Order: sequence, then C-alpha cells, then structure tokens
Amino acid sequence: MSEMAIPFAVLPRGANTRIEPVAPLADADRKPLTKKEVSADHPTWCPGCGDFSVLALYFKLIEKRRMHHEKITTVAGIGCSSRFPYFVQAHGAHYIHGRALPFASGVALSRPDLHVFVFGGDGDAFSIGGNHFTHTARKNVKLTYVVMDNNVYGLTKNQTSPTSPIGFKSKTDVWGSKDRPINPIKQAICAGATFVGRTTATNPNHVLAMMEQAMDHDGFSFVQVLSECVEFYPGAFDNANPRKGGAFAEVPKEHDVTDEYAAYRLAENLWPGHFGVFYKVQRPTKNANEAQIVTDAQAKVAGLEPWQILKKNFDRMK
Amino acid sequence: MSDAAVATSAGGQPTVSKISEAVIRIAGNSQDGIQAIGGFLARLAGRSEQEVMTFMTIPSTISGGPSIFQVRIGSGEVLSSGDEADMLLAFYDHSYFNHLGSLKNGGIVLYDSDHLKAEAIPAENLARYRHIGVPISALTIEAIGGTGRDKGKNVFALGLLARMFDLNVDKLHRLLQERFTGKDPKIAETALNAFNAGYHYTLATATELYQFKPGENVGQAQVVMSGNEALAYGLIAAGVRFGSGYPITPWSDIMELLRRELPKYGGTFQQAEDEIAAVSMAMGASWGGRVAVTGSSGPGISLKTEAIGWASMAEMPLIVVDVQRGGPSTGMPTNIEQSDINIACFGGHGDSPRVVIAPANVEDCFYCAIEAVNVARKFSTPVILLTDQGIATRIEAFREPDLQKIVQDISPDLSPVSEHKPYDLSAPDGITRHIAPGTRVASGKYPVVTGLEHDELGHPTGSPKLHVQMTAKRRNKLKKLAAEIPTPTVYGPAEGQVLLVSWGSAQGPCQEAVKIARANGEAFSSIHIKYINPLPNGLEKIFEAFRHVFVVELNDEGLYGIGQFGSILRARFADPRIRGINKSDGLTWKISEILSRARALTQHSTNV
Ligand SMILES: Cc1ncc(C[n+]2csc(CCOP(=O)(O)OP(=O)(O)O)c2C)c(N)n1
Ligand code: SF4
Ligand SMILES: [Mg+2]
Repeated sequence: MSEMAIPFAVLPRGANTRIEPVAPLADADRKPLTKKEVSADHPTWCPGCGDFSVLALYFKLIEKRRMHHEKITTVAGIGCSSRFPYFVQAHGAHYIHGRALPFASGVALSRPDLHVFVFGGDGDAFSIGGNHFTHTARKNVKLTYVVMDNNVYGLTKNQTSPTSPIGFKSKTDVWGSKDRPINPIKQAICAGATFVGRTTATNPNHVLAMMEQAMDHDGFSFVQVLSECVEFYPGAFDNANPRKGGAFAEVPKEHDVTDEYAAYRLAENLWPGHFGVFYKVQRPTKNANEAQIVTDAQAKVAGLEPWQILKKNFDRMK
Repeated sequence: MSDAAVATSAGGQPTVSKISEAVIRIAGNSQDGIQAIGGFLARLAGRSEQEVMTFMTIPSTISGGPSIFQVRIGSGEVLSSGDEADMLLAFYDHSYFNHLGSLKNGGIVLYDSDHLKAEAIPAENLARYRHIGVPISALTIEAIGGTGRDKGKNVFALGLLARMFDLNVDKLHRLLQERFTGKDPKIAETALNAFNAGYHYTLATATELYQFKPGENVGQAQVVMSGNEALAYGLIAAGVRFGSGYPITPWSDIMELLRRELPKYGGTFQQAEDEIAAVSMAMGASWGGRVAVTGSSGPGISLKTEAIGWASMAEMPLIVVDVQRGGPSTGMPTNIEQSDINIACFGGHGDSPRVVIAPANVEDCFYCAIEAVNVARKFSTPVILLTDQGIATRIEAFREPDLQKIVQDISPDLSPVSEHKPYDLSAPDGITRHIAPGTRVASGKYPVVTGLEHDELGHPTGSPKLHVQMTAKRRNKLKKLAAEIPTPTVYGPAEGQVLLVSWGSAQGPCQEAVKIARANGEAFSSIHIKYINPLPNGLEKIFEAFRHVFVVELNDEGLYGIGQFGSILRARFADPRIRGINKSDGLTWKISEILSRARALTQHSTNV
C-alpha cells in the first residue's frame, strides 16, 4: 500500500504572507502607461546600440495601445538584445539561450488571455534556436517575435552569426566569413510564419508600425529589426539609413502580401532590401486548434467535476 | 505454488490443490497478444481482490519478435514479479527453450504441440518438469475458423489457464466483452468462442487443477494499471493541466495518455520539436501560473539539463518525469536500469538544487506524482520523478484512490497584489513565491524571472553578497523540505546484521529478500528511500543499528564499488558500512541474487 509521505493541504495563495491582495482596478480608472512607468533598469547596452530604439518603441506601443500593465508579457533568450525584459517594468522572463520561443509558446498556449512579445538576437533566433523558430512558425502559435538582427554575436563579443554577410571579419572568421548567411525573411516564409515583417531601428515610426501590426495579427508574427551593433559591426546597416547616404525602400504598394512566392522573391536581396510587411495570411492558430480540441473533449464530460471525469477512467480499469 | 495442499482425486476427477500464489510466464511472439493475456489475468486478479504484479519484455523492434509476460498472482502480499515461474506457457520452440530456465523444478510446461513437437523435448526435461502438450494452434482454428490464422491463440490459452486455475469465468467473460466491444460484435463473439474452447479442453483433459485461496484485500475496490498510467493519472489528479514532451520509450505512454486526457479537463499536452523545447514549453506554462510537466528517458533528460538548471535558479516549480532505461546514450531502450540518479540529482552546471522523488511501485507512481506537484509548488522548485522501465510497463492492482478527496484544484490565482518580491530574502518561510503574468501589482514594480543571479525582484546582479544569499536560499528550502519528510520505517526489526537499502523499484524485491532471509534465521531488514534529494533526516540512526548496510540498485558498481545511490549515501554519512549490491544486466532483481550477493558481502567484510 502506498500513500503520500507528506500530508499536504492545497497550497493557498497567501502561503507567503507577503502577498497582500488589493482591489481590482476598474478599466475606467486606467490611464495610458507612461514611459516612466514601464521602464525598469537602465539598459546595459552600449551607447548608440540599435536596441535602444526598439525598446523605446515598445514603450510607445504600450502607451499607444493602452495596454494593461499586468498583461504586458515580455520573454527573451540570451544575448545583448535578449536582456530586454529587465528594462521593461512588467512581467518578464529572461530564459536560456535560443529557447525563448518554446518558453513563450508555453505561456501563450496555457494563458490565452496574454499576448506574449519575444525579443532576441540573430544568434539566439537562427543558430541555437533555429529549430524552434521553424516549429513555432509552422504551428502558428499566437505570439510576436521581434528579432533584433545585428549580423553578429554581440554579447559574446564579436563572433560570426548566422546572418553575418560573406566576408564579415569576426574573431572566429578573421579572414572573413565564408558561409552563406541565413535570410531571415525567406526562412520565416518557408517555415510557415503567417506574418513576416521587416524594419530597421533607425526608422522609429516604421518600427512602431511593424510591431503594432504584428501584435494585431492572429498567429505567429515575426519582425526582423535591423539593429546596429555599434561595438562589433558599426555601419552594418548604413545602406538602409538615408541619413547615412543609404536608402529606405518600403515594400512596394502593389506587393500582394498573401502571395508566398512574391514574398519570397521580394526577399531575394536584403542588402539592404525592402521594409514592411512581406507576407501575411490567416491560418488557424495553434491556440485556436487546441481550444477546439478542448471544447470537443469537454462536451463529452459536460457537468462532471474533474474527479468524476477521472473516476470514469478508473472504473474502466477495474 | 509451493504451499499447495492437494485434495486427493476421487474416481477420475482431477485433483484440486489450494494455492496462495502462482507465477505464470507466458512466452511467445509479441504479435500473438501475449501482453493481452497477461493484462486479462492481472485485471481479473484485481477484480478478485488478489494482489498481482507483472513483468514483461517487449522487443524494441516494431516488427515484433520474442516477447514474454510474467504474472504473479497471490492471495497475500506480492512484492515482486517472482524469481521462478510455476508455469510456463510456451507458444513456440524458442519460447520453450529460452524460458525453461525460468521454471522451477517440478513446474508445469503448457506448450503448443503444433509448434513444439513432443519428440523434440529432451528426456531430462521430461523428468524435471511436467509437460502438457496442447495443439493450441489447431484447436483455436477449429474453434473460431481459420481466417484469423494465429489470431485468437492467446484467448484460447487464457481459457486453458482459466480452467486450470479455477479463475472466475463470469468476470473473464465480462473482461473479454469490455475489451472487444465497440469493435465488430463478431470479434467479441469470436473471442468468447476461443476462450470457451480452451476452457473446455482443460476441463476434459486435466488431471490436476489449482484454486487460489481467497484474496486478503476483501471488500476493497481495486484498479489495475501500469506505472506510466498511474503516474499520468496522478498528475491529472494533482491538477496539472499542461505538459510537453518528445517521444521516447518508455516515457511516450505518459505523454500519449496526457495528450488524450488533458483536454477533458480544459488542459493540453504538446508534442514538441525536441526535449529542450518540451521542457521550455512546460516551464513557460509553469510561469503562466500552474505547475506543468515534461518528461523523457535518458537521452532526453540529458537534453533538458540546461533548462532544469534555469528552473533551479529562477526557482520555477516544474515536474520532470524520467522513466529510466538502460544507458548511457541510446543504451538498452527496453531494459530496466536505475542509472539516472546522478543526472537527476546533479545533472547540470553550477549548484542547482532540485527535488528527486522515486516511486517504488505502480500505486506509488500515482501518489508520488501528486506529492511531486505539491512539493514543487510549496517549495517553488523543479521536481524530478524518477521511475524506471520496470514500473512504467508493469501492471499492478491497487486500492482505488478516493478521487473525490484527492483530486485538487491548483488553478492560478491572478487577483491583484499590493507589492511582490518573488525572491524575498526576508520571506517568513524563506521560500520564493511567484506571481503569474496577468497579476496586477499595485506598487507598479513587477518581477522578472531569470537564470542570471538576481536581486529580490529578479533583476540581475553581480553582487558577491547576493550570490551567497540567494545560493543559500535555494539550498535552505530543500533543507526545510528534508525536515518535513518522514524518516522511513524499517521493514523488519530495527536492528540486525544486514540492512538492505532500496530506492525505486528495488523496494519489493528487497522486502521479499528480507522475508526469506528472516525465515531462514538471518537478521536482515530493509529500508526504502523515496526522497532521493533531499534525503530524509534520521537515516544515520537507522544505519547504526546494523552491521552491514547494502544499497541495492540496478546500476554499475562504479569505480569505487558502491553504485550511484550508494555513493550519495557514503558522501552524506561517511559510513564505510555502506556498500553496494549492483547489477547492470537490464533485468529486474531476482530475490536469490540479492540474497546471495548480500551473504557473500557479509563474508568478505574486513572493513567493519
Ligand atoms: C547554451 C549557451 N551557449 C552559449 C552561450 C553564450 N552566448 C550568449 S549570447 C550568445 C550569442 C548572442 O548573439 P545574438 O543572439 O545575436 O544576440 P546579440 O548579443 O547579438 O544581441 C552566446 C553564444 C550561452 N549563454 N548559452
Ligand atoms: S555589444 Fe553591440 S549589440 Fe551589444 S549592446 Fe553593445 S552595441 Fe549593442
Ligand atoms: Mg546578434
């Protein structure tokens, strides 16, 4: 005979006496959150790093969309860019290198009331996390993934990244990288992402627009943000910055965002390429599919308490 | 069947012997439905208030191959699946020759004489065992028609056994009907025909029959299931509603069951792209407010270690099931081994305390799962549930749990709070407590969960002082848990010559070894340790009362001859009496092996 070694009562919320409940806040009493209210630690990024801009625009988005403070959910892996959650005064998770997407999927699938934003770097997304990128995209998990692509490993101080262009000199390719870089836009389209956008940190309004459209998309939304690493790859995106003599070319108006092949062709050359929404289609989300499975399953046990559902199974095992 | 009390036969009637237990080994090919007969016998025993334990091997190749199912049914306590069989039911030559060695002297061989010819049986075998040849294949075809070829042989054989052991025919009929209803009604009818044909064959030919003494579990409703099922249902009972995993034998059953069942409770189980994604998804769901489960076997557990380290650091409740199999690497996927205790307790870099709980048997899988969830929540920690291939696949009957009382609701509480520091160093109980995203914090200061060393709100720090304090916090909560775990009780007298220390599935065999040794006048006792990490307090007192302490575990003796758990206990207690009884043949313990090894060790004990 077996029993539990330790008699337990179900742990109540107040098991830690420091948790003191307060009254809920009525929607009418809510004001848009200010930058001050949503900023936390001062970013540890190098002065001039492109990531500052992405953070500032996330704050803008929060303010503009009047997000409820407690619902802001920010998840990241590891890298300079992935330190993002510390700088946001909201619920956040700083997970392990490359695995932010499955972590965020766990949140998104178990908590449909939250819209999760995932931030990370190019190494995090396409090297160590490459497989997760593919599968989260194809399953169409409803969340937004913003990759701050600097074409280099920043945090570990200048190694070749999967998006480093051929010829890029890093500490691991002193003579210049020879490997064909990943094209994040093509990668996302092929993997089955249902929203694929591209922007650059030097164009704030455009970054905000992309993040906002991504957030409003019902499905897996991916945004590549070119975000310069001033420390290890300065000038990487000058050719996309009109102030540095480059050109900011928006996705042509006539581009059909539901045409997968057209989107793929448009992504052919990303040096510096186009900016805007490359691809956007509606496909049932993982969240909706799972919800349907739950609805169907629960219809068969309607009116039963959990213990009664379990009892039915046990009765069959007698 | 050693205690058979024979009633003398009268006038051509078969004799009837009263027995209190029997070990029946069924050997054939996996496609013959060997597992199905074993399952029927086990479930029948459960319904007959008898104890039952099974043991099976399934070939790891999908195309089938030799397979066995051993069932031990007893009217009293059954602690292991039995060293030697009383009866061997052999479907083929190879089943006969490969498994005769497991039959006790004087045991019965029931064989299919269509496959094993009487002439092929060596004369010395005939002298040692009782042989009963039955043309099982031909009679099955005769009973149900030839279309199904080998189909139905198993049910025919079940009929043979049913009569031979005077099993409850009504209950078996019902079990057959339950099993085959839903399919074509003809199938159920065919099954019943095959069964009845077998039953009547024995009735007409047998000279000796057996009858179980009434079971001791009178009046108790029993359920019959495998360890993997019990564990999965335990998780559901505990309130777990999210899980994620990646297929691997022998863990897959748990994930398949949860995938099927959880939606009924409003939950879901996700098949992930790999084990790292699986543990990560579960972790995300745990952070989402309700402790979630992931699991795997050896290779997949290796992949999860970095994430488990994150759970230690972030102090995230999480359940990780490790159904151990033979390792390292792909190892022996369908064999039993207890060699993951090191990775369970220490797997990962850094000081990463976690809880490790090892169920002892099928029933224990159910309760340990609930306990694991409660511990994970109460101490905000990852908990590893360490079972093994043996417990995972074997079927046992146990008292039906009081589900109305046990099933718990652990849905997240998202009501707003005034302020909150998850890693509060001055928390009254010293334990971290998370609030889930979606919880409003009136102070406006929100927590972050992280793998970096952090301050009380979860923000990163390089402070040596905080690293010392937080490391201590993560360690001390497990010390608190240790103080709550009851000290295990000794099976047998509290002092003596030999103390056998078991963990996991070695409990039953160790206790049976104690019974046999005691009956033989040897001062053996045993103790079972369920909490591997942290260990319960008070073990040293127990050890002190014995001359020898032998840790019985299914893993290699290692460089220093003490095995994995043995090494942990040695390191903890610095007691040279602690030595190992280890083996790595991929098979469950035989009682005789434990006894002979223990006896040999007591002879060569120069160090005490
Ligand atoms: C498993 C593991 N391997 C390696 C590292 C070291 N590491 C930290 S960040 C990083 C790469 C960061 O590059 P990227 O994702 O592009 O982010 P960036 O710093 O450029 O923003 C590496 C290799 C780690 N933290 N974990
Ligand atoms: S190293 Fe590069 S990516 Fe990292 S903070 Fe500095 S500029 Fe930004
Ligand atoms: Mg980078």
